[in-house]
Amino acid sequence: MTAVQHASVRAHPARRLGRVAVWLFLACGAVVSLVPFLWMAIAATHSTSDLFHSPPPFLPGGRLLDNLARLQDTIGFGRVLLNSLGIAVVHTALSSLISAMCGYGLAKYRFRGRGLLLGAVLATMMIPFQVLLVPLFQMMASVGWIDSYQAVILPFLANSFGILLMRQGFVDFPDEILESARIDGSGELRTFYQVVLPCVRPQLGALVIFTFMTQWNSFIWPLLMLNSEDKYTVPVALNTLTGLSRVDYSGLMLGSLLATLPLMALFLLFQRQFVAGLLGGAVKG
Amino acid sequence: MAVDTTYDRPAAPARAPAAPRRRRSPRRVAWIFAGPAAALFALFFAYPLGASLLQSFTTEDAGATRWVGLDQYRRMIHDPAFVESLVNTGIILVVQVPVMIGLALVLAVLLNQSWLRLRGTWRAVHFLPAVTTLVAYAVVFQVLLKTDGGLVNQILGAVGIGPVDWLNSPTWARISLIASLTWRWTGYNAVILLAGLQAIGNEQYEAAAIDGSGTLSTYARVILPQLRPVVLFCVVTSTIGTLQLFDENYVLTRGGPDDATLTPVVYLYKVGFQQLDFGYAAAIAWVVVALIAAISALQYAAFGRERRR
Repeated sequence: MTAVQHASVRAHPARRLGRVAVWLFLACGAVVSLVPFLWMAIAATHSTSDLFHSPPPFLPGGRLLDNLARLQDTIGFGRVLLNSLGIAVVHTALSSLISAMCGYGLAKYRFRGRGLLLGAVLATMMIPFQVLLVPLFQMMASVGWIDSYQAVILPFLANSFGILLMRQGFVDFPDEILESARIDGSGELRTFYQVVLPCVRPQLGALVIFTFMTQWNSFIWPLLMLNSEDKYTVPVALNTLTGLSRVDYSGLMLGSLLATLPLMALFLLFQRQFVAGLLGGAVKG
Repeated sequence: MAVDTTYDRPAAPARAPAAPRRRRSPRRVAWIFAGPAAALFALFFAYPLGASLLQSFTTEDAGATRWVGLDQYRRMIHDPAFVESLVNTGIILVVQVPVMIGLALVLAVLLNQSWLRLRGTWRAVHFLPAVTTLVAYAVVFQVLLKTDGGLVNQILGAVGIGPVDWLNSPTWARISLIASLTWRWTGYNAVILLAGLQAIGNEQYEAAAIDGSGTLSTYARVILPQLRPVVLFCVVTSTIGTLQLFDENYVLTRGGPDDATLTPVVYLYKVGFQQLDFGYAAAIAWVVVALIAAISALQYAAFGRERRR
């Protein structure tokens, strides 16, 4: 990590002024970044009528538990959170494993169809998934999977970004080690799990976090697939709440807060992997 | 690129005697690794992709599918809602993306100053919006921008402005969407640009300073040109994201008012899954694909050159 080193040690007045300007710019940016978060947290602890009062509340209030109870009543938010968590965890585990294996296959073996597979991987990266929505929906409808968890999880398990990320990690893995594992009689799968996989932990970490975040955020597909409230994921539930005739704003803010906390915790705990995952391929929307 | 280390030998190695254990051929083993992903791609990518292309040339008539050639594509030209969705996307591309990338660039340069204390904290704070759940942040902005009593209007009211009808007037709704997108994605792009800046060595700044270059001209002439590929990456991913925009404007305004924040994907969703006009929805999707391909190619052609060095 390098940063700009300035030649002079003592700051002269002009430079000092520059630094104050920089600091002000960053401070303004920080305020803009933080205010919606703070508002979300504060709003989650007030009643809806208090939120739009003048002046608005600046300190946390005492209605957090009321809001939580109401959120549970209207949409079963506890269940919704568990659904999101379960779907994201299962999806992430399967998807990361499948991507890592495919990346390894592409990096370390030459086989018929390899070029085709690599082409497909690149194509899925370039073609927006919205093209698939209608036929995928019809596929799921024809096998009767609408309103099921597997319909949400299965279609996007093979993740091109993950495959390429893992392949890059495996390409540099020395072949000599693979050879000696083979000579020692270790099967190819065992070599993969016990020898190779532990060596690409950084990439795997980035992939796991990226995949979890993508699935946690995922909206349009679960919105299409899930019909019954007890199967909703968090984004679908929040969306439903915004569409009600009398919107429960403080409940919504609490829901948004609960939706964001897991990602924020991941970010604060695993900043490096988080950023590495985003650098690779996250796209708006 | 590193040396190609692909395992590329016939099943029976010449130099070692036959292994005591029966060993599967590497070609077969490769499919154990690549097979699951390949099967998933075939089933959930290749098949629906082909189906959607075919579908875009058809229409559903009383339960029967009828081939209509390019009619669905022709329909779009005369469909005011679709044209509106393209105009909206164009506005976001021309206004939001440059403003956001510009802000992100300034932010990245500032966050890269060595004298700045607590750089990690500053960076994390500016990155925080990118960690918000997509739908959640649209919800928060909906509440912040509420016309009567929303926090933004209360603050503006305190200095004698407003109230502004953020989400119910077409112009303000566009501005609200642009502001929300900028809030969510500026820090994200700044962190990517910052990673690019950190790959540029200190000696470049020092050499430029010794040559008598001021800070600004060092950035303009030495640093920015080297950052070009990273900037291009940000521009292209932001463009693709804009062309695929759904979550934000769907939650914030449902594409309204008067289609002012309608995007092609929200329109596709309405056409396909509310009006159940699958053929037309598929055709819209393919136009989005074509637009993404064309605009990304243009951007690479315009800014991706100068690969000398």
